[in-house]
Amino acid sequence: MIQVSHLSKIYITGDVETIALNDVSFEVEKGEFVAIMGPSGSGKSTLMHMIGALDAPSKGKYILDGENVEDLSDDELADIRNRKIGFVFQAFNLLPRRTAMQNVMIPMVYAEIPKKERLERAKKYLEMVGLRDRLGHTSNQLSGGQQQRVAIARALVLNPSIILADEPTGNIASNQADEIMAIFQKLNDEGHTIVMITHEADIARHAKRIIQIKDGRILSDKNNGFQRKVRGTK
Amino acid sequence: MLYSEIITEAFGTLFINKLRTGLAILGIVIGIGSVIALVSLGQATQQSIQDRIQSLGANLLTVIPGSQNTGAVRSAAGSSTTLTLDDASAIANPQGQVNTVANVSPEVSKRSQISTGKTNTNTQVIGVTPPYLAVHKITINDGVFIAQRDVDRAAKVAVIGPQVANDLFGVGVNAVGQQIRISGQTFNIIGETASKGGSGFGNQDDIVWIPLTTAQKEIFGINYLTSIALEAKSQDVMVDAQNQVGYLLLARHKFNNPAQADFSIFSQQDILNTAASTTATFTTLLGGIAAISLLVGGIGIMNIMLVTVTERTREIGLRKALGAKRKVIISQFLTEAVILTFTGGIIGMAAGIIASYIILSLTGSPFVISLFSILLAIAVSAGIGIIFGLYPAQKAARLQPIEALRYE
Repeated sequence: MIQVSHLSKIYITGDVETIALNDVSFEVEKGEFVAIMGPSGSGKSTLMHMIGALDAPSKGKYILDGENVEDLSDDELADIRNRKIGFVFQAFNLLPRRTAMQNVMIPMVYAEIPKKERLERAKKYLEMVGLRDRLGHTSNQLSGGQQQRVAIARALVLNPSIILADEPTGNIASNQADEIMAIFQKLNDEGHTIVMITHEADIARHAKRIIQIKDGRILSDKNNGFQRKVRGTK
Repeated sequence: MLYSEIITEAFGTLFINKLRTGLAILGIVIGIGSVIALVSLGQATQQSIQDRIQSLGANLLTVIPGSQNTGAVRSAAGSSTTLTLDDASAIANPQGQVNTVANVSPEVSKRSQISTGKTNTNTQVIGVTPPYLAVHKITINDGVFIAQRDVDRAAKVAVIGPQVANDLFGVGVNAVGQQIRISGQTFNIIGETASKGGSGFGNQDDIVWIPLTTAQKEIFGINYLTSIALEAKSQDVMVDAQNQVGYLLLARHKFNNPAQADFSIFSQQDILNTAASTTATFTTLLGGIAAISLLVGGIGIMNIMLVTVTERTREIGLRKALGAKRKVIISQFLTEAVILTFTGGIIGMAAGIIASYIILSLTGSPFVISLFSILLAIAVSAGIGIIFGLYPAQKAARLQPIEALRYE
């Protein structure tokens, strides 16, 4: 599903070279739930940008779902992000003053899905994350947890190969964070591949596998024998 | 992405920022509005000048004396005294070589002081013969015009224009039968002309007409003419008439080179052309000044769009992360800019038409609005949106999704 081999990312600011990622290799199979952990500055955000096809690596290879994400133009990368990756951001990144339905429909608009189908699918996925009665609410009328659920519905709506979550509970009250993690676990149980970036061990414990990163290198990569299961949402 | 989606999206975004959208549109409204109003004003002026000149007689040719050359000294045009009544008779002679002229009107004219004893005015006094009426398309409102018999016996009779009648006797008073004094001589008013409209220089209503002979002998003390007005038989023979009269006068004045001629002949068309080119320059000038305000409006749009792009950096980053291609982002911002300018263009057009209608009806000029200026305004307003919206749109499309998402 995801094949990362000898991936490096070097930022050059003036004469100073900063190595954000240093020869990182790993694979993620379909259906896995991987947490990438590390303190801030460890390079985990950079790694997420690479996996999310938001940025190109300096060295190394990245194959996503059989497609080589390399030497691609901005537009080709946009296309890959649209079809294969469902993003869930720490700051939700919903469009302000737009309804939940409108926000969930954005990726489908770019995928040129007809309007009727867009409406049906947006409704279906919003119901799936438990927002059946919030379809017409704008993002500022929703709580943090509800906004993140809208974002999850938006990530799922094009049935992507992987769901890429960057600190998905970072801006959410802890009781709502559990609900979000429950949704991720449910999705994983249904067969979705999830890669989650976090610096909180408590959150990482929900994943089946934990990759530890420090100073741009992989420190450890183990299965999580003590996966913490939370109850599903009401 | 369907274009209808982009348009819906753009309207939605513009609607959220109502005040800013309104102000951006206002700049374009003022620009397009002033272009339309000022061009329309210019065209109306042009139209009214043309109408007035046409009303003086469409087939009119005027012969005026040229400059008099004494050795190397060349005096002012019109100073020559060589144009005579015999010249006019020769042109009018039905057996003569000029066969394209229908009417010949020999004239002497000068500004003079006119008085009634109580009131007085300063106006143009023209000595004329009966053909004057036909040549200059004058109609008599009350009484009669100067007859051949008045000319033959140098009668002291006068025909006055309605403006003169108003100035001397007041509005609504019957001028015919009253008396006026010109250069100390008493004249009986035998007629009043109908108003031809107009004002200022060349006002056909502010003239006193007296018999040619009376003017020459009794008032001005001269024996030459200040001009000969000719009516060509039709518009088509204007050039022929001009040539025939020209050669006849050259021969009579004993010149063989047209360059030496001591007279000149110009047609109504010449005056019309000069006036038209003057007013066209004027219209262009007005339009040009208005175009500057349109340019400022366009820069306003660009400014707003640049602010919008910066403000919506996160949104752009998100859209790109979710799969928006460059073209989609460009179209989105360009569409917003074009909607702004196009809406401004439509409103500005309406405002401009209303403004020019009001101004023109206040000044009593004919209301002219050309389809061309409307189409131009629409095209220009949409074009301004594209020109001034393109740079901000490209700036938006070039944003990298990670940079944009990180932007606070």
